[in-house]
Amino acid sequence: MSILLDRDTRFIVQGITGRIGHFHTAEMRQYGTNVVGGVTPGKGGSNIDGVPVFDTMKDAVEKTGATASVVFVPPPFAADAVMEAADSGIRLCVAITDGIPARDMIRVKRYMRRYRQEARMRLIGPNCAGLISPGKALAGIMPGHIYLQGHVGVVSRSGTLGYEAASQMKDAGIGVSTSVGIGGDPINGSSFRDILDLFEADAETHAVVMIGEIGGPQEAEAAEFIRDHMTKPVVAYVAGLSAPKGRRMGHAGAIISAFGESASEKVEILREVGATITASPSEIGTAVASVLKKAA
Amino acid sequence: MDIHEYQAKEILAGFGVPVPRGGLAYSPEQAAYRAREIGGHKWVVKAQVHTGGRGKAGGVRVCDSEHEVEDAANDMFGMRLITHQTGPQGKVVYRLYVEGAVAIRRELYLGLVLDRKSERVMVVASAAGGMEIEEIAERQPSSIIRSIVEPAVGMQGFQAREIAFGLGIEPELITQAVAVLLGCYKAFEECDATMVEINPLVITEDNHILALDAKMTFDDNALFRLPHIAELRDKSQEDPRETRAADRGLAYVGLDGNIGCIVNGAGLAMATMDMIKAAGGEPANFLDIGGGATPERVGKAFRLVVSDTNVEAILVNIFAGINRCDWVAEGIVQALEKHPLDVPVIVRLAGTNVEEGRKILARSGLPIIRANTLAEAAQRAVSAWRNTVRAKAS
Repeated sequence: MSILLDRDTRFIVQGITGRIGHFHTAEMRQYGTNVVGGVTPGKGGSNIDGVPVFDTMKDAVEKTGATASVVFVPPPFAADAVMEAADSGIRLCVAITDGIPARDMIRVKRYMRRYRQEARMRLIGPNCAGLISPGKALAGIMPGHIYLQGHVGVVSRSGTLGYEAASQMKDAGIGVSTSVGIGGDPINGSSFRDILDLFEADAETHAVVMIGEIGGPQEAEAAEFIRDHMTKPVVAYVAGLSAPKGRRMGHAGAIISAFGESASEKVEILREVGATITASPSEIGTAVASVLKKAA
Repeated sequence: MDIHEYQAKEILAGFGVPVPRGGLAYSPEQAAYRAREIGGHKWVVKAQVHTGGRGKAGGVRVCDSEHEVEDAANDMFGMRLITHQTGPQGKVVYRLYVEGAVAIRRELYLGLVLDRKSERVMVVASAAGGMEIEEIAERQPSSIIRSIVEPAVGMQGFQAREIAFGLGIEPELITQAVAVLLGCYKAFEECDATMVEINPLVITEDNHILALDAKMTFDDNALFRLPHIAELRDKSQEDPRETRAADRGLAYVGLDGNIGCIVNGAGLAMATMDMIKAAGGEPANFLDIGGGATPERVGKAFRLVVSDTNVEAILVNIFAGINRCDWVAEGIVQALEKHPLDVPVIVRLAGTNVEEGRKILARSGLPIIRANTLAEAAQRAVSAWRNTVRAKAS
């Protein structure tokens, strides 16, 4: 098991004919992801490397039985693509696109609420590296070879810090059940809390690495969840201890604008609920190793 | 993106928010002319700079004659305004806004922000105006009214009325207050703002509600569809290093330290800064060159980082995912051969084809200090920087 995706998950790539969509579709398929179709409005009926292309998501879902999608659509049209996925019956949508206006994301989140909880699509991202269940499937832009298959869940805002953690763990012989990039935008589809919930319920995941950063309330919400519901050990790192207040550090959401949004405050909140804090991003691998040893 | 007060007022006025009569000036003579144009006997001359706290820093002057307006303008033009928000380098005054003074009866606070918890627009208002919101939150937290707008329908009249009555606004002024609130929300929504702040929103002696000050910030991700907002950008108010970076498509934030950073990925860039600090150094900048890290981008990044004269060492930290370390290494070598640097360069590569990448760096014969882990890279960068400082001193 793993969370969210495995070998059998049937994926549609939205924006498959674009340069980036095309490139990453090939990478994903090479890794073993079951890409059953693509969507680019106006290019329906064609195919790209043997993958059928459709004009609409509804058509694609109907013809292929897909349950998941990955979005590589450019920012001005990405929110529309996510809403189209939500309306087509897709259950999991991974939005890689960086640069979607916050107002569009407010609309997307509001739109998704028109579906009952059980029928509501789960959105991961945007502005994220995607998902990988090592040895099974990849839905995103992660380099597959840096991950070892195993039992530690990874959830990170940042893509490269997720890679850093996975590769340190690989060096220590520790594998990953699923790694989830939730993205660096101020409004995103799934929060740390949502993903921790899934890892807690996954029998194959024995511990979780959580990589946060400055800005927003989601690390504090995750801390509440850890305190009240997590039985599995959590190793946490929060980036941006040296980031000045009020300055946006690359990610649209990485800005300290309110109380509790600095890295040191987040670290404190997570430490209080029993998470193992690594002060240095260089020590994520060793921290996971010692947590696993203790749990064994 | 931030804009000036006079620009924010012009936008808000377009959405039905009343503002005092005012005019922009680029010279003291023009300021005096504006005062005459506006009429009356009392004016306020306000420095147009992208920062709060202008009043305390000498950026706002009340004047009783056109002469005084001209004198105030004379003092303010070219002045470097230093507030608690600008940092020690301050912001230079190139534009002044002259406004007719109004007789104030009450000062209120009104702000609209993107609330990340509810993922909606939130109105924050308080009857305790004139102070900054942080100060209100500390001194009179119970005076703060918060109200979240349902995005599907936008702000409704009843919601605006609730806020207005909550602020203790008299019944005969409620219609005016509602127009201000609905106008601000509309401006926020239609201009892809991330913040609208009117502090103070005043009730005048003659019972008019006016935005006496105004601040707007916009979502950079939405500027592509807002050309009329994007053109309001004032580069004179930005850190020149950041302007240069933005014009080259790089995400850069200038800081006060001496160790320049070139990193791929925003999270890794922040982590790299943290590591430098932990190792006893101070980062000179945040810089995310993006996933691609092509030789061209690496070259641009080097030039940008060394354009900061405080930089005394450069740490390059690349985790090659989809791209390859050998390619990144080629880029670094090319960049350094083309533009040799007189500061030490520390390179840490990880990820795809890392061995080949390290070999290329070693073979190049360039004085590159190599590191294998993030911790090692930060330590070597800090000690290389200390050596540079020592060499300079002796």
